[in-house]
Amino acid sequence: MVDLKVDIGKLHLKNPVMTASGTFGYGMEYSDFIDISRIGGIIVKGTTLRKREGNPYPRMKETAFGMLNAVGLQNKGVDYFIEHIYPQLTNVDTNIIVNVSGSTIDEYVKTAEKLNYLEKIPAIELNISCPNVKEGGMLFGTSCTAANEVVDKVRRVYKNVLIVKLSPNVTDISEIAKAVEDAGADAISLINTVLGMAIDAETRKPCLSTVTGGLSGPAIKPLALRMVWETARAVKIPVIGMGGIMNAADAIEFMLAGASAVEVGTANFIDPTVTIKIIEGIEDYLCRHGFSSVSEIVGALETL
Amino acid sequence: MKKLILDLILKKNIRLNEQVHLLIFSSEQSLPKILPGQFVQVKIDDSPATFLRRPFSVNFVDGENNELWLLIQIVGAGTLKLSETFPGASVNMILPLGNSFTFPYKKDEKILLVGGGSGIAPLLFWGSYLRKADFNPEFLIGARSRAYLVELEEFEKYGKVFITTEDGSKGEKGFVTDHSIFKERKFDRIYSCGPTPMMKAVGAYAIKNNTFCEVSLENTMGCGIGACLCCVTDTTAGRVCVCTEGTVFNIAKLKW
Repeated sequence: MVDLKVDIGKLHLKNPVMTASGTFGYGMEYSDFIDISRIGGIIVKGTTLRKREGNPYPRMKETAFGMLNAVGLQNKGVDYFIEHIYPQLTNVDTNIIVNVSGSTIDEYVKTAEKLNYLEKIPAIELNISCPNVKEGGMLFGTSCTAANEVVDKVRRVYKNVLIVKLSPNVTDISEIAKAVEDAGADAISLINTVLGMAIDAETRKPCLSTVTGGLSGPAIKPLALRMVWETARAVKIPVIGMGGIMNAADAIEFMLAGASAVEVGTANFIDPTVTIKIIEGIEDYLCRHGFSSVSEIVGALETL
Repeated sequence: MKKLILDLILKKNIRLNEQVHLLIFSSEQSLPKILPGQFVQVKIDDSPATFLRRPFSVNFVDGENNELWLLIQIVGAGTLKLSETFPGASVNMILPLGNSFTFPYKKDEKILLVGGGSGIAPLLFWGSYLRKADFNPEFLIGARSRAYLVELEEFEKYGKVFITTEDGSKGEKGFVTDHSIFKERKFDRIYSCGPTPMMKAVGAYAIKNNTFCEVSLENTMGCGIGACLCCVTDTTAGRVCVCTEGTVFNIAKLKW
């Protein structure tokens, strides 16, 4: 038997496969298909201080090997999460991690503070990279100063594992990663969606109500892989890789590039059982290559 | 209702006109209980243009033969590929998804099912269901012209069928809401599925006449199971997912 366990700081994962925020609901949506407790960690839908209706329809457009979305952080707010959703998740035998977003630093801080007190939430993922909100979101993730400031302020109030999710919509992601590490983040996850756009030539109109949206899916995988590799070389804290992972081979590539764990996103829409297949595929890979622990392949990229 | 991921075998692929195919699937294991108005998410083999699954209303369920019918209108790469699928092929689906039409109370209720284009798909299943439960549904079906009317003989098995065509080539000329039936008769319940402008017109008639009315929406979906929050519509209860809160909505709840 190979050891699939990985640690992201004080966060212990039974395996390196997690679900990306906004692609797995609150986990329950998938419980007809799989035992969600088998997943290493479930990162639930982006949560904000107050309820958000999100952007108007249409907010999704399928593209070549991917999709553009402009959901805009639709959620019922952190208090609703704590009162109504959290109690339903306490029986799930895996890490439940809340993705936190905000329009102002104060909103991030207040939301993180409220989640600090939930016993079964061992970590939050600070989303400084949402491309689909008018204020905040990605603005915090595209400047070293702003990224450092928001992470620093949240770090002061949040005592559990603090993961910061980075945007690919920057010139040099390793600079942002270092700024976030300096501010006290325990781990970095990347990449969020790539800012994109789609047009309907027949109607001469944009396909999304917001004109631009976030591109995800295998279309962005090479870009994500490169950014994970760059980031893992730039920081000492663990990196969680994501961006177009559809199968175990994709997940392994991210780990070889330096990711200690991965998040699976868009693939969940097409195959609700994909996370389990990826966990089993990683195990099979480790056996075939004679590794005894999954941690042995982290950053194990060889030179040509 | 527990959702399943099943591989179904395509038994028949029947071309009904240049745009519409009837696909009849069967399953080795018995199909789960599926209610009228529910839909399936069909996986179309990986190609750049058919990345996500495609949602289709269930057109009919033949419980005796363990068959599931889908009515496919060719609108893009996914539906084109499905329409070109040969019998014997295995097709992966997630089912059953979404809610269902609301049952009437009394056997003597006057029930009208109004469909347009390939939006008639769920109404055949719903009509058959109502008839089996001893209700007497009637159908009003609209199309551009005679060539676009499909499955009429199937609908006729379950109730009287009224027709409108935009060019007058069959039935009354005009849109469904122009049909004389609305001037001559009153209904207790109207169920509708079709192009959004048609459902809006039917809904406006229902509200004006204080008639119960449910419509089945067709929004662009990502997952079909309430995770991606892409297929939203605005309702009196806020912005909700069509795939889980619908696809069937009471017209009074929609912010149209």
